[in-house]
Amino acid sequence: MRLIPTRAWAATILFAAFAALPLIAGALEDSYLIVVATRILAYAIAALALDLILGYGGLVSFGHAAYLGIGAYAVAILNRAGVTDLGLHLLAAILGAAVFALVTGAISLRTRGIYFIMITLAFAQMAYFFFVSLSAYGGDDGVTLRARSTLFGRPLLEDDTALYYTALVLLLGLYLLAVAITRSRFGRVLTGARENPVRMRAIGFSPFRYQLTAYVISGCMAAVAGVMLANQASYVSPAFMNWHRSGELVVMVVFGGVGNLLGAVAGATIALLLEEWLAVLTDHWPILFGTVLILVVLYSRDGLAGFFRRRS
Amino acid sequence: MSLLEVRGLRKSYGALKVTDDLNLSVEAGELHAIIGPNGAGKSTLIAQLSGQAGSDGGSVRFDGTEMTGLPMHRRVRAGMSRSFQITSILPGFTALDNVAVAVQARRGSSFRFFTPVAQEHALNEAALEALNRVGIADRAFFRAGSLSHGEKRQLELAIALATRPRLLLLDEPLAGTSGQEADRLVEVMRSLKGDVTQVLIEHDMDAVFALADRISVLVYGRIIATGTPDEIRGDPAVRAAYLGEEAGEGG
Repeated sequence: MRLIPTRAWAATILFAAFAALPLIAGALEDSYLIVVATRILAYAIAALALDLILGYGGLVSFGHAAYLGIGAYAVAILNRAGVTDLGLHLLAAILGAAVFALVTGAISLRTRGIYFIMITLAFAQMAYFFFVSLSAYGGDDGVTLRARSTLFGRPLLEDDTALYYTALVLLLGLYLLAVAITRSRFGRVLTGARENPVRMRAIGFSPFRYQLTAYVISGCMAAVAGVMLANQASYVSPAFMNWHRSGELVVMVVFGGVGNLLGAVAGATIALLLEEWLAVLTDHWPILFGTVLILVVLYSRDGLAGFFRRRS
Repeated sequence: MSLLEVRGLRKSYGALKVTDDLNLSVEAGELHAIIGPNGAGKSTLIAQLSGQAGSDGGSVRFDGTEMTGLPMHRRVRAGMSRSFQITSILPGFTALDNVAVAVQARRGSSFRFFTPVAQEHALNEAALEALNRVGIADRAFFRAGSLSHGEKRQLELAIALATRPRLLLLDEPLAGTSGQEADRLVEVMRSLKGDVTQVLIEHDMDAVFALADRISVLVYGRIIATGTPDEIRGDPAVRAAYLGEEAGEGG
């Protein structure tokens, strides 16, 4: 609890930096930077979503890319049907994710530990292969969007900076929502069930209901990330929900610091920046990235957030 | 009618009958101690009564309501709480939050997502009161995992009290406490008498004979005698089966 003021400051600085980024990109006349930064924001939303259940609930989902895919396909499918409004895309993505999370979560949460990891992975792979075989939407090749989602009936998001700020507003809103949830009555029960489920039962709580609710909330948040990713790439394919992607989300959360929320945002940011920079240096950049990850995890069990905490 | 009625309760681990056609009646308001040699099945009985462990047969009725088959959290909500022999707390939470979350369980819905729970003063006040009662109010803002063993035992009781039970199942609450801590816990149990019905498993015979209104003796999964402390002390079957080995201490 004593960490909260520190985190609030760190969050203010990080979000201020995000808000100022387009100005810097403009000054540098680097239009690619905005593209990378928008991807970062989308992944930050997904990592935030995962940290809510992984960090606070102790539920290691290895299938969270499925929700990215559900969000992305919500955009592709509605676009083709002539529905272009971003609000409706988000709504469809959230509803789709909620249904998928409710069904798969209700089954997955009957298991624990490694079995939970494997069963969430299995469900995500089922979703992956479903979209691979969906030939109406390009199957394995995916489908290019004719246009990005519209805002207020106008194609405002065709401008990269507008899309960037939309993603930033969504990230900020979801970050504040996640912080509120973790501090609420609900968050306390969720965290308690991670700490000691038997104790929680012995004071009258059934952890399952709370864990399932958190799982659904997390899935819906990750689907928002999928909507933004689809818009950023103007392209949707099953690769969005590949299990590699699920693994990357776990890496981002661990990298940033489990159970911190802001750490997930920072983890996504730094992981993607490293990927960009290291890829310039060498084709074998994953080796370098792996080294960095190992060092961070070795020297701070709380990821990047841990370094920050110790200094403060 | 008794507050707790146990009839024909059974449980086996393989060929071993841990609870063997056990009958027990606990009257409202009494402190009912259950004693017996190691391996008699005392902790298993608490686990069965609380719903943590299943039963192979028999029935548990609490205040006239059938509890058999209900999971632990439902029994707690009905008013049956327990403490654990091996301390079971939320180590990463403060001592205060350990108790406050138990208060939260019986006060309103926990499907509230937006209001900071730390600012719900009613929860914190009730939690502090429970900590004060067991004597560790000064530890309220310490991480529960960092408390001493004895303080954890006190916290364990505070958590159980915070659920406002009508029946408290206490599984060796004094185990591992220092003399001073034990005195405090004994005092709490004494002060609850008449108000909260208690089923107490305890190896400290001085505490048992000082506190109990009635005592049941459990041997090999069966209750062989039930009576007042004096009756139990004088029961030849009990002396033979149990007290014989430590009559000097117990008597």
